[in-house]
Amino acid sequence: MSNLSLTSAIPNLIRAVPRSRNFEAMLIFWVSGIHAFALAQIQLSILQIMTWEMLLYWAPPTLSAMIVHWVLRKCAVKADGLMLPLAFLLNGLGIAMIYRLDLAELAAGGSDLFAQRQVWLSCFAMLIAAAVIRVVPNHLALRRFPFISGLAAVVLLLLPAAPVIGRTVNGATLWVGTDELSFQPGEIAKILLAIFFAGYLVSRQGSLAEIGSRVLGVKVPRAKDLGPILLFWFASLGVLIVQRDLGTSILYFGLFLVMVYTATGRGFYIGAGLVMMVTGALVASRFFDYVERRFEVWLDPFSSANYTAIGGSYQLVQGLFGMANGDVIGTGLGGGFPQLIPLAESDFIFAALGEELGLAGVFVVLAVYLLLVYRGLRIANSHPDDFSKLLALGLAFVIGLQVFVVAGGVMGLLPLTGLTTPFLAAGGSSLLANWSIIALLLIISDSSLRSNK
Amino acid sequence: MNRQVRRVGLILTIMFIALFAMASSIQVVRTGELYLDSRNVRASYETYKTQRGAILVGGEAIVTSTAVNDDYRFLREYESVIYSPITGYYSVFSGTTGIERAMNNYLSGQSGAQFFEQINALLDGTPVTGAAVELTIDPDAQRAAWDALGNRKGAVVAIEPATGRILALVSKPTFDANLLASHVYGDVLDASRNYSENEDNPLVNRAIGGDLYPPGSVFKLVVAAAALESGNYTTQSSFENLSEYVLPGTTTPVFNSGRSTCGSGERVTLETALIRSCNIPFAMLAVELGQDRIRAQAELMGFGDELEIPMAVTPSTYPEGMDLAQTGLSGFGQFDVRVTPLQMALVTAAIANQGVIMNPQLIKSVVASNLNILSQPQPTVFSSPISRETAGFLTRMMVDSVEIGVAGRAGISQVAVAGKTGTAENGPAEPYTLWFTGFAPAEKPQVVVTVVIEDGGGIGQNGTGNQLAAPIAKAVMEAVLE
Repeated sequence: MSNLSLTSAIPNLIRAVPRSRNFEAMLIFWVSGIHAFALAQIQLSILQIMTWEMLLYWAPPTLSAMIVHWVLRKCAVKADGLMLPLAFLLNGLGIAMIYRLDLAELAAGGSDLFAQRQVWLSCFAMLIAAAVIRVVPNHLALRRFPFISGLAAVVLLLLPAAPVIGRTVNGATLWVGTDELSFQPGEIAKILLAIFFAGYLVSRQGSLAEIGSRVLGVKVPRAKDLGPILLFWFASLGVLIVQRDLGTSILYFGLFLVMVYTATGRGFYIGAGLVMMVTGALVASRFFDYVERRFEVWLDPFSSANYTAIGGSYQLVQGLFGMANGDVIGTGLGGGFPQLIPLAESDFIFAALGEELGLAGVFVVLAVYLLLVYRGLRIANSHPDDFSKLLALGLAFVIGLQVFVVAGGVMGLLPLTGLTTPFLAAGGSSLLANWSIIALLLIISDSSLRSNK
Repeated sequence: MNRQVRRVGLILTIMFIALFAMASSIQVVRTGELYLDSRNVRASYETYKTQRGAILVGGEAIVTSTAVNDDYRFLREYESVIYSPITGYYSVFSGTTGIERAMNNYLSGQSGAQFFEQINALLDGTPVTGAAVELTIDPDAQRAAWDALGNRKGAVVAIEPATGRILALVSKPTFDANLLASHVYGDVLDASRNYSENEDNPLVNRAIGGDLYPPGSVFKLVVAAAALESGNYTTQSSFENLSEYVLPGTTTPVFNSGRSTCGSGERVTLETALIRSCNIPFAMLAVELGQDRIRAQAELMGFGDELEIPMAVTPSTYPEGMDLAQTGLSGFGQFDVRVTPLQMALVTAAIANQGVIMNPQLIKSVVASNLNILSQPQPTVFSSPISRETAGFLTRMMVDSVEIGVAGRAGISQVAVAGKTGTAENGPAEPYTLWFTGFAPAEKPQVVVTVVIEDGGGIGQNGTGNQLAAPIAKAVMEAVLE
């Protein structure tokens, strides 16, 4: 008897530590120290002197993270204790790298600066996350609006293609707004889609999983149940055609497949979905030259034809040169030449970090992402409610998949896409969306433990 | 549903493992290839940030990097043109040669020995300072060789036979490294074009590379060594004393210089043939010994080896697959035998150092900016190509060569000098290649000197090794022995 109580106590012990808000506070303090160190190193290396300006990049994000922490103490005391520090670590590292690129830009006589903006956008995104935690008392309320969420997601996805407000940058139609103020609605759409899928699939779970006839030993669902999947496949292709971006379309379709699979437990959906995705991409590459070009560049980035072509592999190859220059331990912050990579502050921030922090830094960044995703999956695993499970899984997976597609693209593992690196890259929509995801996951984890009790 | 959640976790793990693997491939496996891609400007940018280490000779800096106010931060400055063939140049537009290239890892602070300094640099952002490289060159010997060679094209090598340390290494004509190290692109382009279009190839270090030279009579040292080492010959072995010898299987005659016999008498000894540097006995000897034996001896002495001092030395060659006539010609260093002056210095060093060749070396020490000694090459044996006895016999014959034979102008009063001259033919009307190789003092050698002069020293077929090359060697020996 005593034996049993001992073993069952162990998981509770393990769980008790990271969920403690005190542990979280300590981690935030520590991460903030890492940020200060990174900024100091950058200033010493490039300016040869430390200036008070450093505080401008260090204090506001730290303060914002502490506000989120404080709100968690008030409203979601049982929420996961690792997610906030991990996301804050990535966010601050991104700010440091963007600041470092700003200094290089200033040294070269340029004036295209991003770091200040990134600081305020990060603070804004974190405060929104705090507000979400404060205002949304229970995420189960979201379950009531699956179709509204779905509709809103579709509208957001189509917005960039709308006249007047829609904007095309580097060939991809992902933005709305003006030159000064632009927004990527697709980033927010991924949250709405996750809510929609979770709500829809929980209600249809049974019919999708159970009913169907066997064809060649594989259980195939009824056409009625298969319909929405085909519909969504077409929608993804539609996104690809309208937005001219492979990444967004992979992200949404991948999210959809994994959530359907999780809801039904049938590998058929993943198998069929992958076949459909590859077929779709191949067909698209035949009909749309921008997709075909992306593939060509991916397959042979070093050929001089691809290297010199407009929209060719120049950026990719420069990124690879940068990462190779970083070697195992990196050049140190401020010691490399990440400014040689076009768009190093946004699309290629992963390569910029790879150059200055080396393979060691790349491993740490990837490990932090993986840990973040694992925490999300853990919440899904332990939550008693199916909707919460699905939503947590979807939100965690979408971060993981996005990192895979972006980092894979930068390193030449996959064709390059227009997705952003969560938390690291310069850009407000991405920060806002990803911090909202963290907020939702924190609420779900909090509710999980409350209902367990 | 938890089973699916765990599976999704597995899928994500696999995806991230792919990312880890890809990053490792780029940042570990493919770094070299990516770094060397000509489109990667990082390699050249990287080097500008560090203050390159100095190159020193005799405790004095002959090459330094000084801070300047431009993109490249440091300007490389070369003290004197006499060291150009050794140091080479370090140019931001035109590449790197010589010691600058061979020791680049140390000079640029990127060697593994400076690992902790590099880690420091990572943390506080101050670039590593390059390590200083001290050369084995003796500034007096280098200056003497430079001055004595004058305006003639050629090369001088001086080695300390007991250690292999290179004391002087001169090649003329040479270049002004400052012109190539300039930060003004147009200037470097002009200088580089001038030098590379110059048919005298001033950028080539003739002492260790370039087109190589026919050794002529100095190669007789190798043939004599092969004969003595074979056990079938002594210094008193004799040959028929002819004034004209028709090469076997041909109608081509060879002559001694002056078209006479080798001294008086019916027969001539190996000793006399070497002292008087007669061609006919050596042609006969080579035919008798056979090309394989001579080649084996030559290879023991370094022919065919890719030496690094630490610059790469072009291997000297003794041809393969010759007929008897060609073998005969090779006996006095003609036909297709081709050597570097450094190689002939090594042959001479074997004789001077009682049969042992030490690895030739230009680096005395490498010292980091914090005065840590990073590297201090110790003398190492290259080979033992001849016995102590053979070395003794050859020494005596070379001393006689200087005292009573055809190498008299290398003589220094009150010092026993051992020497061998050479006057190699390049074609019927072409100017000679003139040689001297020797060492002093003969009883306790401190320096081996090899001199080569191209284009007959400017006087066509009228000059001899003794007349033009021997006095240069004498000047270098005196500078070292002082």
